[in-house]
Amino acid sequence: MGSGADSERTLYPYVTGSSVVAIKYKDGILMAADMGGSYGSTLRYKSIERLKPIGKHTLLGASGEISDFQEILRFLDELILNDNMWDDGNSLGPKEVHNYLTRVMYNRRNKFNPLWNSLVIGGVKNGQKYLGMVNMIGINFNDNHVATGLGNHLARPILRDEWNENLTFEEGVKLLEKCMRVLLYRDRSAVNKIQIAKITEEGTTVFPPFSLKTYWEFSAFKNPAASAVGSW
Amino acid sequence: MDNCLDFNAPHSMGTTIVGVTYNGGVVLGADSRTSTGVYVANRASDKITQLTDNVYVCRSGSAADSQIVSDYVRYFLHQHTIQLGQPATVKVTANLVRLLSYNNKNFLETGLIVGGWDKYEGGQIYGVPLGGTIVQQPFAIGGSGSSYLYGFFDQAWKEGMTKDEAEELVRKAVSLAIARDGASGGVVRTVIINSEGVTRNFYPGDQLPLWHEELEPHFSLLDILSSPTPSPMDI
Repeated sequence: MGSGADSERTLYPYVTGSSVVAIKYKDGILMAADMGGSYGSTLRYKSIERLKPIGKHTLLGASGEISDFQEILRFLDELILNDNMWDDGNSLGPKEVHNYLTRVMYNRRNKFNPLWNSLVIGGVKNGQKYLGMVNMIGINFNDNHVATGLGNHLARPILRDEWNENLTFEEGVKLLEKCMRVLLYRDRSAVNKIQIAKITEEGTTVFPPFSLKTYWEFSAFKNPAASAVGSW
Repeated sequence: MDNCLDFNAPHSMGTTIVGVTYNGGVVLGADSRTSTGVYVANRASDKITQLTDNVYVCRSGSAADSQIVSDYVRYFLHQHTIQLGQPATVKVTANLVRLLSYNNKNFLETGLIVGGWDKYEGGQIYGVPLGGTIVQQPFAIGGSGSSYLYGFFDQAWKEGMTKDEAEELVRKAVSLAIARDGASGGVVRTVIINSEGVTRNFYPGDQLPLWHEELEPHFSLLDILSSPTPSPMDI
């Protein structure tokens, strides 16, 4: 093992993004993530874009170390560039991008120098919708709905109950917002500034950032210790 | 990844707690988030706990440790009040908290702010940080979120504020800390204690000002997309 190279390994993450949640819907893929970059428990950056279009057919969402995500974007830039240079009418779709990223992540893991991210890859090519996930140890799969981090525990149960194949855009957005709201309530590293992105056969749209209203008006919240003084 | 849901992680109250004296009493403030690792176990906790009619304590650090300390102090104070024949003073209360924190310093992990009003000294705030030091202060801040408030208070704290000014300062401070500390969040609770009695207040996020890079909240993106003059990037 090269001793000089040791200084460049990601041993633990510094600036991290929290969950990404994504679903297949009638026309393609919908993906959501907040714009927070946490520095430990400090909510340091509040305008980090964690959803990025890749080529013509793919959308990439990332959680985990932001610097590693930026490096991955550089790799993908080169990949897409080289693909375009062939000028052969073919272009890499989400399946290919997912496969490429899986190889990158797994090989880095084998060298004990992982890219500290969980990635969501979604897209539509030739009418076929695709949604997959790959994480820092190379675990990868594809499904109708995926999430990273705490989203797996908080958002996927909601999606298992309420997802169906024929969601319209409006229904899909509402469903993702429901998941993001729960994450806002229950994930320490969540930030109330959210981006939703959609990808269809026609192309990619990353919507402008927005904030969600949260509900605090339960009467039990007003005075929770009323009948048990000193409790929480 | 190490950070994942560890439901056996101790309930910590991350927290932002604040206590401020003003011309006639004190205002105590706190956020409402209790976390177990990264999971928010309770998003509407009440961290300002009553010790006697006229003295309250803001709790931070380990939820269990701070609750047990305040339970013991309430118990001792109750007996003390009966023996004394009149309400306990804030100083006695704070010293009881100190004794427990100091004598069990190897076992406890809790920082407390004791605040109240009595007829001898008026409004007083005592900080009792980790280790069991007691220090009387015109204002005190504590918890993980307090790191973000030192500069704010250095600039914004003034001698001789009115009740409303003091409450606004507390509300603003806790809200600013919530914006930056992942371990603080939820609603802002305040308790005002003076010669007239005790007032509890409750401020959910929508009643607090928006800070840097925070946006006006909406029910859904769909409302923004369909509105005639959408401007979701309002700064």
